[in-house]
Amino acid sequence: MAVKLLLENDHIEGIRYYDTYRKHGGYRAAEKAFKMATADIVEEVKKSGLRGRGGAGFPTGMKWSFLAKPEGVPRHLVCNADESEPGTFKDRYLMEFHPHLFVEGLLISSFALGSNHTYIYIRGEYAWIVDILEQAIAEAKNNGWLGKNILGSGFDCEIYVHRGAGAYICGEETALIESLEGKRGNPRMKPPFPAIQGVWMRPTVVNNVETIASVVPIINMGGEEYAKIGVGKSTGTKLLSACGNINKPGVYEIDMTISVEEFIYSDEYCGGIPKGKRLKACIPGGSSVPIIPANLLLKTAKGQTRYMNYESLADGGFVYGSMMGSGGFIVLDEDQCVVRHTMSLARFYNHESCGQCSPCREGTGWMYKILKNLEYGKGKISDIDLLWDIQRKIEGNTICPLGDAAAWPVAAAIRHFRDEFEWHVLNPDESQKRNYGLAHYADPIHVPASA
Amino acid sequence: MSEQPKFKVTVDNISIEVPAGTTILNAARMIGGDVTPPAMCYYSKLKDSGGKCRTCLVEVSKGSDKDPRPMPKLVASCRTTVMDGMEVKNITSEKVVDARKGIVEFLLINHPLDCPVCDQAGECDLQNLSYEHGSEGTRYEFKRRTFEKEDIGPYISLHMNRCIMCFRCVFTADQLTDKREHGILERGDHAQISTMLNKALDHDFIGNVIDVCPVGALTDKTFRFKNRVWFTKPLDAHRDCSNPKCGGKVRLWMRGEEVFRVTARKDQWGEVEEFICNECRFHKKETRDWVIEGPSVIARSSVISQGHYVGTKKSQVLIDKVIGKQPKYLLDIHDISDVNRPEIDLSKIEGPAHSSDFKR
Repeated sequence: MAVKLLLENDHIEGIRYYDTYRKHGGYRAAEKAFKMATADIVEEVKKSGLRGRGGAGFPTGMKWSFLAKPEGVPRHLVCNADESEPGTFKDRYLMEFHPHLFVEGLLISSFALGSNHTYIYIRGEYAWIVDILEQAIAEAKNNGWLGKNILGSGFDCEIYVHRGAGAYICGEETALIESLEGKRGNPRMKPPFPAIQGVWMRPTVVNNVETIASVVPIINMGGEEYAKIGVGKSTGTKLLSACGNINKPGVYEIDMTISVEEFIYSDEYCGGIPKGKRLKACIPGGSSVPIIPANLLLKTAKGQTRYMNYESLADGGFVYGSMMGSGGFIVLDEDQCVVRHTMSLARFYNHESCGQCSPCREGTGWMYKILKNLEYGKGKISDIDLLWDIQRKIEGNTICPLGDAAAWPVAAAIRHFRDEFEWHVLNPDESQKRNYGLAHYADPIHVPASA
Repeated sequence: MSEQPKFKVTVDNISIEVPAGTTILNAARMIGGDVTPPAMCYYSKLKDSGGKCRTCLVEVSKGSDKDPRPMPKLVASCRTTVMDGMEVKNITSEKVVDARKGIVEFLLINHPLDCPVCDQAGECDLQNLSYEHGSEGTRYEFKRRTFEKEDIGPYISLHMNRCIMCFRCVFTADQLTDKREHGILERGDHAQISTMLNKALDHDFIGNVIDVCPVGALTDKTFRFKNRVWFTKPLDAHRDCSNPKCGGKVRLWMRGEEVFRVTARKDQWGEVEEFICNECRFHKKETRDWVIEGPSVIARSSVISQGHYVGTKKSQVLIDKVIGKQPKYLLDIHDISDVNRPEIDLSKIEGPAHSSDFKR
């Protein structure tokens, strides 16, 4: 049985409410944290090796230590709950069923960072979760965990929930800050980084919901203990939201030691692919990360087993690997069409581009139009090369990572599934009636012998 | 006050010392010439502008003396400040040239190719950019994006299809007027400049959005379709403007004795030197309103300077000397043509000239 930290009490009914949560050890970490020095909490988080769970995987302790602390200027913690990545829904689960774990994490983090006003920027579509969170915040406040002079420490903290208006781009931290300030959600130019000038030009830390929640077990068990879970630099546990062609879609907590194969096929997790179909491809970390075919998903290019952790999923770079991303695990079986799939992702990024910088504003729409032609049998062979060239010119040339996120899925789809694209072009009529199928995408790959 | 530290920065193997805090683009502008990256959205007179068009991307091959690592991605030179010992590659970097070509293509795929009827033609930054950094032909095979027309008042014409989303006009309105009435609506490829409820832009400095617009999206309604900029003669002039914020220093665009257009004076980077008020821009269209200082200096490379280089000598007409008398023309075009009547002032006609304007 794998270690569970965040979803440890998942089976307990009513864990959503304060009394039940408190009875099962809730707010113990907060009690402990308020007896510690703030620098020690940051040090614990550093020791834990916790990496940002929002997608980029940046070490959280490091991010916290970058926070500027000028005299007399308030600092803010902002929690990024604008979870809009297609395929990712782990934060929703956490906020919906474990709001107090989240609030406790926010409280400890706010104390560590010295944030008296902490904001939760929540995705507009999560309308009902706002009520859940506000109820949890009110309960916490009634029990003396928020407000003035918490636990007699002299530390004041208020948590506010701010609803977004349904823009994916507001999940980008600087766009989120702009939106929180009441402006148009356009990403800011960096530098200055939010750690120096964030909300209202004050030093700000923006963290993902799961990252914040993970602070609770870190304080409870200590950073060093936490770092022992997992492998290498992938410490602790990670929530994965599995969806697509699997028997048991849902949110799973893993300790990052299991293999990808085990995650997909074991009954404890996804439970295999329905109707005995074969695995064709998978996006292991939410729609922005490269898609990889079955043969590269289960084994790395060096022929080793691929594990569910940051390093192993990224093994081989973008040519042979992918990314852990935000943990939106999307499985495609043999009946799925990669061209159609890529088209729908391109449509998403076209729709969600903020329109600020030219490569992303113009390029995403262009890619979508070309992919639409390819999917509906009107494409040309040269379109595939054109698509490759467009994504190459978007990637890395934009203000924020949305450009990269739009380019990577297209790049990976062409890189690994080029023959499927070509088949669509060469068989325009047939491609409208049936899918390309599995072809050779699950065949074992040749591993060159090395010394 | 202690003297500001100077940083040494090398752009395309040319070194220069600049004060700390200078951006790469401004350092390159100090060197001048071809090493200066093009800028479509950055405007040194407007705070916070830049970073959006991505045409000024450069490669930083050496971060600084202290940290010589190159920067992993191309950076927007207008928003990146120099470090001591930084080495920047602009036109010497293949990556930059390639990326810039891509950006120009992106900017052009939805830009209408209506230069022949666009008033900005001849002084359009996008024309210059695509000529210098773009590629021939297009690979775009889809319908171009179009927008509904919106009327934003009697003086300024908004042609949204031509907009490249530089945000300069938004910054101008933000920083020069008390209340901005237009902004960006929608997002992504349907983002557009709009006033939302068809409001007229009304402020005595709002006319400056015309000058800062790099393309023909915002043009002067009092000058529309009246003349080509390269047929007009730019002259620097000034007047005592009653508006305390306006210096009254302008550029007149003349043809013969007529003032066709009044704009602010622009420097060699196409940026306004001093913003002018609407009164000067739209209402003072008589030569007697102005004290003329002399011809404006326009870069030789500009199409505007066609035909009026400073110091050029006109060749003598020798036909009368050769034949010994004034030639007798078979036909004076003004006798038979209704259209070409020199006594009609084209600049006084409302809107573009039509044949009906010349009917006797």
